[in-house]
Amino acid sequence: MKFYDVTDLAVRNLRESLLRNSLTTIGISVGVASLVAMLSLGIGLQQWVSGRLLKSGLFDTVIVTSRRDVRNFRDQQESAGPAPAQSPALDEPARQKIEQVPGVVEAFPDIRFVTELHLDDKPHLAAVAGVPFSARNNDAFDEVQGKFFSSDSAAEVILQKSFAEELLGMTPNPGVDNTTAASLAPRLLGKELTMRYAERTAPPALAGADIGAYSVVSREQSLKIVGVTDVDPDSMRGAARARLFMPLKLAQELHIMQPSEMRDASFGGAPTYTSLSVRVKSPSQIPDVESAVKNLGFNAFSIVDANKGISQFFSVLDKFLGIFGSLALAVASIGIVNTLVMAVLERRREIGIMKALGASDGDVRGLFFAEAGAMGFFGGAAGVVLGFTIGRLINFQMNLYLARQHFPPARISSVPLWLVLVAVVFSIFVSLLSGLYPAARAARLDPVQALRYE
Amino acid sequence: MVDPAGPLAIHTENVCRHYQMGETSVRAVDGISIDIRAGEFVALLGASGSGKSSLLNLVAGLDRPSSGAVVVQGSDLAKLSREALAKYRLHAVGMVFQSFNLIPSMTLLENVELPMRFAEVDRGLRAELARRSLESVGLNSRVTHRPTELSGGEQQRASLARALINRPKLLLADEPTGNLDSRTGGEIMNLIRGFNQSLGMTVLMVTHEQALAEKYAGRMVHLADGKIVDDISNIPQSAVPPGDAQ
Repeated sequence: MKFYDVTDLAVRNLRESLLRNSLTTIGISVGVASLVAMLSLGIGLQQWVSGRLLKSGLFDTVIVTSRRDVRNFRDQQESAGPAPAQSPALDEPARQKIEQVPGVVEAFPDIRFVTELHLDDKPHLAAVAGVPFSARNNDAFDEVQGKFFSSDSAAEVILQKSFAEELLGMTPNPGVDNTTAASLAPRLLGKELTMRYAERTAPPALAGADIGAYSVVSREQSLKIVGVTDVDPDSMRGAARARLFMPLKLAQELHIMQPSEMRDASFGGAPTYTSLSVRVKSPSQIPDVESAVKNLGFNAFSIVDANKGISQFFSVLDKFLGIFGSLALAVASIGIVNTLVMAVLERRREIGIMKALGASDGDVRGLFFAEAGAMGFFGGAAGVVLGFTIGRLINFQMNLYLARQHFPPARISSVPLWLVLVAVVFSIFVSLLSGLYPAARAARLDPVQALRYE
Repeated sequence: MVDPAGPLAIHTENVCRHYQMGETSVRAVDGISIDIRAGEFVALLGASGSGKSSLLNLVAGLDRPSSGAVVVQGSDLAKLSREALAKYRLHAVGMVFQSFNLIPSMTLLENVELPMRFAEVDRGLRAELARRSLESVGLNSRVTHRPTELSGGEQQRASLARALINRPKLLLADEPTGNLDSRTGGEIMNLIRGFNQSLGMTVLMVTHEQALAEKYAGRMVHLADGKIVDDISNIPQSAVPPGDAQ
């Protein structure tokens, strides 16, 4: 029989026992829906977590340090590459060279220092970090109350909430977080902070000379508060994290004295950077960039390995959810076997007639197979719609909860196109598998016996 | 008239069909050898359990002999694969049954089309051929009806139209008038006789009605206990009205 005839007869037969076949198909759709809902949850969670981590700017960043900085010397570094004393310095030409590495978007120096700040003549101590202008796209600064820096060298600062509290004379209550950036911001935005810092300048007489000498001059800089942020953009830095952020270019232009400069002076070389943050186009390019940077003679590390761990975790979670979701489909497949075995029994005479008229075993087998496949297709399609709806409901409920907890909305269930296709194909496959036994049974029926059946 | 030296349509050689029913072996067909020439109209007669339907099933390729040979149009059915036997049933024989065996969920047109689906006849041709076949048995106004909406005679006409749709050379009829009144039965027999005469089809008909056989068949073979007990030529009493055979 031709494909058209097989499907035509199969659909016609399914319509004949509409209620029973519909119930079986609903069973399949529930099975597929549970599978789709489970997997969409796994995929959605992975996308959510990965997305947040990517936006945090940590997963597309390689931290580069000089091998000359022997404070962080490790066995691994010792065994490969040149000895620390022979390795290149992490200075401006090196930064430019690293920026030329394929896949690198930008390489900026890590500038952070502890300084004294005055608000209304009251002194406060804080760690300050320079933030590149590109960080405005980072998740960490999404929630800023106020705005991000107006330019790369604007005399502006963004405060971390805890420092804002300190400026306002509030005593943080350990373990209780009952203030928000939104409540603090109106009282601070637009105010001017005065920062005292040590500026490194070359003494006029020695300018241009090839010796490591400089003067340190105490300066003041007025900074306008433009934003307050709830989240801690520098949280990965641990103890060294900053509570105040200023534009990186401004920090560079101010020539703020860095700890590494003492060492530079003692070696008599040009100023170097303590470390560089190298931003890469996509996390997948991190290993290549890392090895290219290492070939240039520097230390490089990233937390891409942690991302690998996360991917591994989610692939295990997806499999677990998939198996859990497939249980319902397995139960539904027993329903298909049952329905088709019943159909073979009920239609024994019809099968006998078809065989007497010249239908081959293959024709009869194909017919029952097509019926199983059709139930799988319709059940799969309905199941995808149902699973998608369940995913949406989970999203909706979760976002209601998040909104109540003052968290930004999240999409924790996602049904990509491939999942739709895989779910329908899998449903057809499982249905065909379930149709194997009934179809074989129908095909092997003895026509004489079948024709006698009343 | 059938040419006595014409080609053989059916040849059986000491064919047996034995069934095992518990401890006992039932010899439904027990060493039958018979030759039927192309174009013959043969009636198989006998009491219930004499083996006439079993022999018909062997010739139809619905069953396989326990021993012996059933040669139809040159091929030994016992040696054919299941697949080849299905092809044989599809193209070489047409069957009508006592209980009509139409599929109740299909219209008459769809029922008649069904063997053409198995034969993979082009979709565009099928409806027209089925319509013509139904016309040839006088059912042109009933094509969209379902079998349950028709009388027994009409159902048997439709089953005859279906049996002939793939143009077989052999028509096998198992008690074709068994469920019909005598007048309707006569109409069906006239149609069968007409196809036998006008198309030269070989007809093998199982019946237990001696009178019916005498009226229509050119040869009467009597069976008892799975064996042939009598094989006589007959001059049919019926003269077929010219308009009945198509």
